[in-house]
Amino acid sequence: MPSDITSPDLAYAPIAPLLIVFAAALVGVLVEAFAPRAARRGLQIAVSVVGLLGALVATVLLAGTQELVFNDAIAVDGPALFLQGTLAVLGIASVLLISERSIDSSGGAVVARAAVLPGSREDTALAEATEVQTEVYPLALFSLGGMMLFPASNNLLLMFVALEVLSLPLYLMAGLARRRRLLSQEAAVKYFLLGAFSSAFFLYGVALLFGYAGSVELGDVVTATTTAGSNEGLLLLGVAMLAVGLLFKVGAVPFQAWTPDVYQGSPTPVTALMAACTKISAFGALLRVFYVGFGRTEWDWRPMLWAVAILTMVVGGVLAVTQTDVKRMLAYSSVAHTGFLLVGVVAISPQGLSGTLFYLLAYGFTTIAAFAVVTLVRDSAGEATHLAQWTGLGKKSPLVAGTFAFLLLALAGIPLTSGFMAKFAVFTAGVEGGATPLVIVGVVTSAITAFFYARVIVLMFFSEPAVDGPTVAVPSAYTAGAIALGLAATVVLGVLPQPVLDLAGDASRFVS
Amino acid sequence: MTDLPWLTILGIVPLVGALVVAALPNGRDALAKQVALLVSLVVLGLTIAMCAAFDPDGDRFQFTQAYDWIPAFGVQYAVGADGIALVLIALIAVLVPVVVLASWYDADPQADPLRREVSAGAAAAAAAGAGSSASSRRVGGGATAVLEAPPVPPAEQPVDELPPRRSVKTFFALLLVLETMMIGVFAATDVFLFYVFFEAMLIPMYFIIGSYGGPRRSYAAMKFLLYSLFGGLLMLAAVIGLFVVSASQGEGTFAFEQLLGLHESMSTTVEIALFSGFFIAFAIKAPLFPFHTWLPDAGAEAPVGGAVLLVGVLDKVGTFGFLRYCLPLFPEASRILGPYVIALCVIGILYGALLAMGQKDLKRLVSYTSVAHFGFIAMGVFAFTTQGQTGAVLYMVNHGLSTGALFLVVGFLVVRGRSRLIPDYSGVAGVAPILAGTFLVAGLSSLALPGLSTFVSEFLVLLGTYSRYPVAAVLGAIGVILAALYVLLMYQRTMQGPLRLPALLGERMRDLHLREVLAVAPLIALMLVLGVYPKPLTDVINPAVEATMQDIGQTDPAPTQGDGVVAGAENED
Repeated sequence: MPSDITSPDLAYAPIAPLLIVFAAALVGVLVEAFAPRAARRGLQIAVSVVGLLGALVATVLLAGTQELVFNDAIAVDGPALFLQGTLAVLGIASVLLISERSIDSSGGAVVARAAVLPGSREDTALAEATEVQTEVYPLALFSLGGMMLFPASNNLLLMFVALEVLSLPLYLMAGLARRRRLLSQEAAVKYFLLGAFSSAFFLYGVALLFGYAGSVELGDVVTATTTAGSNEGLLLLGVAMLAVGLLFKVGAVPFQAWTPDVYQGSPTPVTALMAACTKISAFGALLRVFYVGFGRTEWDWRPMLWAVAILTMVVGGVLAVTQTDVKRMLAYSSVAHTGFLLVGVVAISPQGLSGTLFYLLAYGFTTIAAFAVVTLVRDSAGEATHLAQWTGLGKKSPLVAGTFAFLLLALAGIPLTSGFMAKFAVFTAGVEGGATPLVIVGVVTSAITAFFYARVIVLMFFSEPAVDGPTVAVPSAYTAGAIALGLAATVVLGVLPQPVLDLAGDASRFVS
Repeated sequence: MTDLPWLTILGIVPLVGALVVAALPNGRDALAKQVALLVSLVVLGLTIAMCAAFDPDGDRFQFTQAYDWIPAFGVQYAVGADGIALVLIALIAVLVPVVVLASWYDADPQADPLRREVSAGAAAAAAAGAGSSASSRRVGGGATAVLEAPPVPPAEQPVDELPPRRSVKTFFALLLVLETMMIGVFAATDVFLFYVFFEAMLIPMYFIIGSYGGPRRSYAAMKFLLYSLFGGLLMLAAVIGLFVVSASQGEGTFAFEQLLGLHESMSTTVEIALFSGFFIAFAIKAPLFPFHTWLPDAGAEAPVGGAVLLVGVLDKVGTFGFLRYCLPLFPEASRILGPYVIALCVIGILYGALLAMGQKDLKRLVSYTSVAHFGFIAMGVFAFTTQGQTGAVLYMVNHGLSTGALFLVVGFLVVRGRSRLIPDYSGVAGVAPILAGTFLVAGLSSLALPGLSTFVSEFLVLLGTYSRYPVAAVLGAIGVILAALYVLLMYQRTMQGPLRLPALLGERMRDLHLREVLAVAPLIALMLVLGVYPKPLTDVINPAVEATMQDIGQTDPAPTQGDGVVAGAENED
């Protein structure tokens, strides 16, 4: 029992990025409460973009910091800042996508009143109404704030809090699709139930580790693992449970089952946010837990991650082949990419860390742009996501189809795109780290994934368009901006990756 | 002159040309074609100047440049040409303008006066009630594996329907991008850079086949992409392995000349594993038996220009890769596995030739002949003799010329008759003598008639192989006989005998146009010249091959007098 409580030394400057995003989210809530309805949307967009830009600037200013703050609960170090900066930029892109109003006849991908019963008369009216709701912006900001905290948590309990902060708004946002309400609500419920389940695993793992180390600080866990005679069983079980929670969030097999349903049902801008940002954030946390907390006990958990990586690559790649819906296909592709990323994690080396960081950044940009393109292809019922509807898109709209084809090639890892450089980075780290068999599985699965990406290109370019095919909406500056950003990053990182590789290399050191 | 960055310029010119062509407004098709032709001719001119500046007795690699590209991976932008790369780049520079000229109307057949005429004739014939040959039009026809929208047109298509119009400028822009990639792949002296071009090269070709090809184009394009990509990814694993080995010896690098001595620090197992990664990629590319199954589909469905570049240049990357990367980087593994590769080559030579004989489809036939020819080239490479390797390099060039010409002429025939099937044609020589003549010359070159350039190379390959693998050489010589059979049978069936043309042509067939003659003439001229006087090529190739032999640590076996069993004496026509 501590006899007296010393107030912790609180350094606010190093966590400025987090504070700015959370402050922006709170301002967003106030705007929701007090601003007149007509002004809300504009204000919310401004608050979100300014907040995220501020966070980005703050991470840039903090670059090079390596310290533990808030009683060692929060780590401000290379990986954390790198991922926070990435999340801020991708967050802006997601907010732009959410703000798009001109491609759906009734404005926005997000439903005005989510509680209305799907299929009811009100619901039909709502689909045509131009009403918009703006709570989604503060929700997104809270979620992004949680995502930024997640990889920076050096304390397992704080990490759990961050996990919940990032997850709860996402559960809500998954259910906000304007079209296909039932699918969207199903996605939200599934995501919530499975997510809550995995959070419970995570928390149980934290409890077991507390039992093992007597503390939830990663630093104390490390100390405990180096002293012999501790209770190994608690450690192993705790690591496994923790891993379940984290692997669920990154969408690794066998915890991937939610991905296709949730990706498909959520409003596409929200899917983009989830696919890019959640994965980045969760990988950041995964890296910190395994590199910092259990760096000394790698032989205990490495075989587990090997198995998970192989399963994830193979299952993601193979199941993607059977998909007929663009969003589901991209979901399985994201599962396969999780597998490739795990190769970098398993390397357990600075190269593996920097490679994974680079991969996360490259993948995030490409994915956001890819989902943004998906929002453009529409028919009367909303987005036309069935692959057969994409037939001959190259004839109708060469620009959009060409963009999508390029993004798919990047996801397939063709040279001169960011995807190739990223894959190269993690695979090289994998071979150096003694994970050659994993890399072999990786290249073979890459060939499988190339098949379904190429198949979409075949459909778009080598087939004649269907007579009553979907139309391609002309986006406003919001979506166009997000696509341009993603595309530019994909090209630049594929041709001149050195500056970002340097950045990732410099950032590849955890503070402990 | 020699310190100009020749190779970089050569790579950039077509790329800029491609951007210009792509940026032209829609509807300026004629202009797009002219610009593409002009750019390709400029590249040809530059290449001739570069070849003039090349000093055969100078350094092994010339026109070298090296800049750091991605220091984090130890990757350099490093280019340079040895004699082998030089002649292959020259081949590209010759073939691309030829292809541009030959593909003038392939993207917009409606604009082609010749095809319109054929259509008009067909309409007249149909009006006369003579539309009985619909069944003969069936080509391939199997459903594609691609999702639920198979783009196979109905087999009973109206006879006079032209293939749909497609974007002209895109086609020519893709050709020019492809030229950049092809030059890059031969010019790279950094393994990573080579890999980048090796893979990136697939994409323009994928679109050329998939967008502008025949009825089963998406199936063929997909098969082409997946086979090549699969091989490429295995190579990626090997490239990474090579890098890691080099990193364990000091600084990680991809520079070819620094990697040369690396094999000494590898265990044989590692060397064999890395060799296999490269080898399978190249064997798929080349293609060697049993990795060849994509080629007949891709070659048959690609538009003629695409097929010429595919077989003429892209596939050479495989054999070039054997010679440049597999052998020097992994000499021990090459020695151990060489005999097995020779066995595959012999099987490929015989199997390709036999299958070629059995083909009814002209383009598939030509594709299968290439499988046989690539068997010869790879055999020359893996014979580990100077003669064999010089012959192989020479063969790469000559095969590009002769098979290129053969594909072009077949393409001209198919444009006229809209059928790729041999039984649809007979006695064409009577109505189109120039076409038949060029067909004959290209065919004879393909079967390596003495006096034509391919003879020299085939002879050298067999000679070089004989001194080390006599049995393989003898079996390969049988392939020469089979070559005579499939070429001459094809010629006899289509060009001689009583006149019979696809119904839509009636009794008339236009002979070659000036444009078509201009396209094919340079190839035939080169075949004749190099057949009599191959010295300029061998002078350049020999030092490079000798350097390669040194890398492998091989010397020629004591010369056994080649008894000349091989030299296509059975080519009586």
